[in-house]
Amino acid sequence: MTEAVSTGHGERAHPDFLQHHFDTPEQQFTSGKLGMWLFLATEVLLFAGLFCAYAVYRGIHPEIFEYAHRFLDKSLGATNTVILLCSSFTMAWAVRSSQLGKRGLTAALLALTILGGIGFMSIKYVEYHHKWKVGLLWGTHYHPSAEAMEGHGAPEDTAAGVAHQDETDAAESAAAAEPPAAGPQLPDLSGLPAGVEPTNVPHGAVGPEGTIAERPAEVLPVGEEEVKNVHIFFGIYFLMTGLHGIHVLVGMGLIGWVLRRTLRGDFGPEYYTPVDLVGLYWHLVDLIWIFLFPLLYLIH
Amino acid sequence: MSTSERTLGIAPAHVPPGNALGKENYLNHDRGLLSWLFTLDHKRIGVLYLVSILTAFLLGGIFALLIRTELLYPGKQLMDADTYNEMFTLHGAIMIFLFIIPGIPAALGNFVLPLMLGAKDVAFPKLNLLSWWLWMTGAFMAVTAILTGGVDTGWTFYTPYSTTTGTNVVMMVAGVFVLGFSSIFTGLNFIVTIHKLRPRGMGWFNMPLMLWGLYATAIIQVLATPVLGITLLLLIMERVMGIGIFDSRLGGDPVLFQHFFWFYSHPAVYIMILPAMGVISELISTFSRKHIFGYKFIAWSSIAIAAFSFLVWGHHMFTSGQSELVTMVFSALTFSVSIPSAVKVFNWLATMYRGRIQLETPMLYALSFLFLFSIGGLTGLFLGALATDIHLHDTYFVVAHFHYVMFGGTVIAFLGALHYWWPKITGRMYAENPGRVACALIFVGFNLTFFTQFIMGAKGMPRRYFDYLPEYHPYHMASSIGSYIMAVGFFLIAGYLAHSLFRGRPAPANPWGSNSLEWRTPSPPPHDNFKETPEAGDPYDYTDLVWDDAIGGYVRRAGAPATP
Amino acid sequence: MDVAKAHEAEAHGGTHVVSLPTLALTLAALLVLTWVTYAVTWFDLGALNLFAALAIAGLKATLVALYFMHLRWDRPMNGVILLVSLGLLILFLGFAMVDTETYLPERIPGYAPEIRR
Repeated sequence: MTEAVSTGHGERAHPDFLQHHFDTPEQQFTSGKLGMWLFLATEVLLFAGLFCAYAVYRGIHPEIFEYAHRFLDKSLGATNTVILLCSSFTMAWAVRSSQLGKRGLTAALLALTILGGIGFMSIKYVEYHHKWKVGLLWGTHYHPSAEAMEGHGAPEDTAAGVAHQDETDAAESAAAAEPPAAGPQLPDLSGLPAGVEPTNVPHGAVGPEGTIAERPAEVLPVGEEEVKNVHIFFGIYFLMTGLHGIHVLVGMGLIGWVLRRTLRGDFGPEYYTPVDLVGLYWHLVDLIWIFLFPLLYLIH
Repeated sequence: MSTSERTLGIAPAHVPPGNALGKENYLNHDRGLLSWLFTLDHKRIGVLYLVSILTAFLLGGIFALLIRTELLYPGKQLMDADTYNEMFTLHGAIMIFLFIIPGIPAALGNFVLPLMLGAKDVAFPKLNLLSWWLWMTGAFMAVTAILTGGVDTGWTFYTPYSTTTGTNVVMMVAGVFVLGFSSIFTGLNFIVTIHKLRPRGMGWFNMPLMLWGLYATAIIQVLATPVLGITLLLLIMERVMGIGIFDSRLGGDPVLFQHFFWFYSHPAVYIMILPAMGVISELISTFSRKHIFGYKFIAWSSIAIAAFSFLVWGHHMFTSGQSELVTMVFSALTFSVSIPSAVKVFNWLATMYRGRIQLETPMLYALSFLFLFSIGGLTGLFLGALATDIHLHDTYFVVAHFHYVMFGGTVIAFLGALHYWWPKITGRMYAENPGRVACALIFVGFNLTFFTQFIMGAKGMPRRYFDYLPEYHPYHMASSIGSYIMAVGFFLIAGYLAHSLFRGRPAPANPWGSNSLEWRTPSPPPHDNFKETPEAGDPYDYTDLVWDDAIGGYVRRAGAPATP
Repeated sequence: MDVAKAHEAEAHGGTHVVSLPTLALTLAALLVLTWVTYAVTWFDLGALNLFAALAIAGLKATLVALYFMHLRWDRPMNGVILLVSLGLLILFLGFAMVDTETYLPERIPGYAPEIRR
């Protein structure tokens, strides 16, 4: 547009980067920053839904999380945490060098940050690929193979793991994991004819298309009766890390864009807003991972 | 000169000094369709939004009339029960996500917010344009969903039905997801604009109350909408991948979906009503020719409503299986929302007291708002009380309650605002007398439609039913007739507004005598909004504004300083 | 280097240039805390394990926000926005958890008919 032309409706001359509706570079910069922080708040609240799902299910079924988290590789998770923290550092450094007008250093640091993102996603790929291969997936796709069960949660181990917790916790978990008929407050289901589910979706509500089809019964590995609905953990795991992974990818794209502009010489001590804002975004991605790592990998 | 005569359709002598129709203005600054579709001018984006949401309103209105016609008599009239389910779903989804939520903020707010601030534009013009394009994308996806199987879940997409029905829920939900981002970007833009682009001399408490309304709205848009985003994303995941968080057949919890949904959608109710309250503050003060009463109370009550709005979502779930403990907490908190709402109503009444009330069309809408919103708000207390809610939930009482708030509140305020700013947007005056008639038609039609629904609901008529017992027939009949009266009113409005675009009297800069900044620039405003940044004063001080018969509008009294 | 110093002192446009040692120290603290959160799982502290993990994560997040994201020197409004979003997150989680835990006894444990065993 005609932003470069000083049109005389500001008292001072407009630099090239200053948009026509702002009076001063500072006003533009602080506006951009406020806008970015508001956007980060929306990101926090976007993830809030997933954290809520996590908290609710962990609150009512701690045994699922205790059991299922053993299938995750702690050392890979920790490595990813370190990678992401280091890339956050290089990003913060890139903002600093951009503020000081060191174009070459900024570009190098941004490239390093992207490299960190690539490292993170590569490890994520290894993890996903393994889970895909051994059937540690969400919902009805959860069919852990013998390979997956190896060395992990044999049923005895699980029971022992639960017993490690303090008395009340163990009692609660056990109560939650017990079969329906044993619970004292549960409705008596013995009167129902065999094969009838206690509450089921009425037939009239099932539409012709898009309905989840009936699946044939399959033989599951030994020990699955002990902890029920383990697939819920993997549903939440894939949603949380998946949405986070998408954010990492978007962040890498944004950093690439900023890198290109840095090399082109768009930024200097006077104007480095995009570097700063993309940095904020990247740090938020880091910040979310800081919570995801202990919540998913380090359950005790 | 000949050009201006041709475009104006009248002799130049009748053009008042504050009118810019023949001169440079935002409408003729650039030409061509592309200059509109890719404009960064907030005024043009406001107009784009206005045209878009009015189209959605027409569509949603047609669905409403089809519903009412179906219910004219017991049994099948026009459509079968499944189609009826789709009709009320589409009516609700279109009216809420495509019309009411962007209605006042994105269309009228976009137009007036920078003008009221004396600013050249919103803080992020490109984001503003992106917001409109996202709206168009979301609307396109919603229409695609309608054409490819429809949706019959109700606008709330409750699980487990939404995960099992065969209709095209995924497309509709994805459309609403995109619309959510459109709403977030508008809100984000407004917050930053109000924070950073206020002119010198305009402190927070010198802003017109419309801006407080938009600010409070924007806070909710930014903080609540992301939760809707993730909710809808999870619902899509549920249907596409069977992720099992909301689906009880996979060990999930359908009630949790309602928590997720209402964490956004209750605050969203205030996204709909808060800007309307801002509009009413402007209208009441301007047309009473009297300073607004209790400015700070109205301003803070907007913020209070925004804050309380996050604390009451569970009152939509009293009968859903939610626990008793949480139910009682939410019921108690729900009553607290009535305090800031009542503060506003009493302040508006006190503003009118001993004012010189002028019954122009916008003021008639403002008065209708007071009447209808009060009924809507007070019946909300019936529903917030646990014991009565057990009887009234999911009946027509609820339908009537939220239509009194959403239609009687927001749509009525939207119409008032549309008439109020119409001269500024188009540079033309609409015809006053048809305007008053249309307002009366809508007021009468609305009450006939929905007051009968209060009675029906209290007698036990459930909402969303395709058929009903003969004893409800008189009420349904009256309700449908009322909806036809309203439709006549709306077509009358469409008629005289369209007429005014070509034949309307050129509007002066300040036809209503308001003292907020948007009236200090010609109608329609130039591309840069103001030739020079105006000095902000008290937006509700009318002492220096006097009526000038020759101009047909208000002018600043000779010798009066620009700011008091 | 003089130019850099001058810029740092001036803090152009009301913004602060964070010194390199500060950034490096922050990173070091973050890495140490990562090790601590890993190490804490070796000990069985009962319910405290979760709180320890969350407390350490909160501390790390605070460090990132204050130093990497400049909040320590930034306008207070930006920090307020972050805190408000966290407050709403806690509100959301709190009500949802209280509610589901309260109606839990009315649900059938492990009920998931689509999941074949």
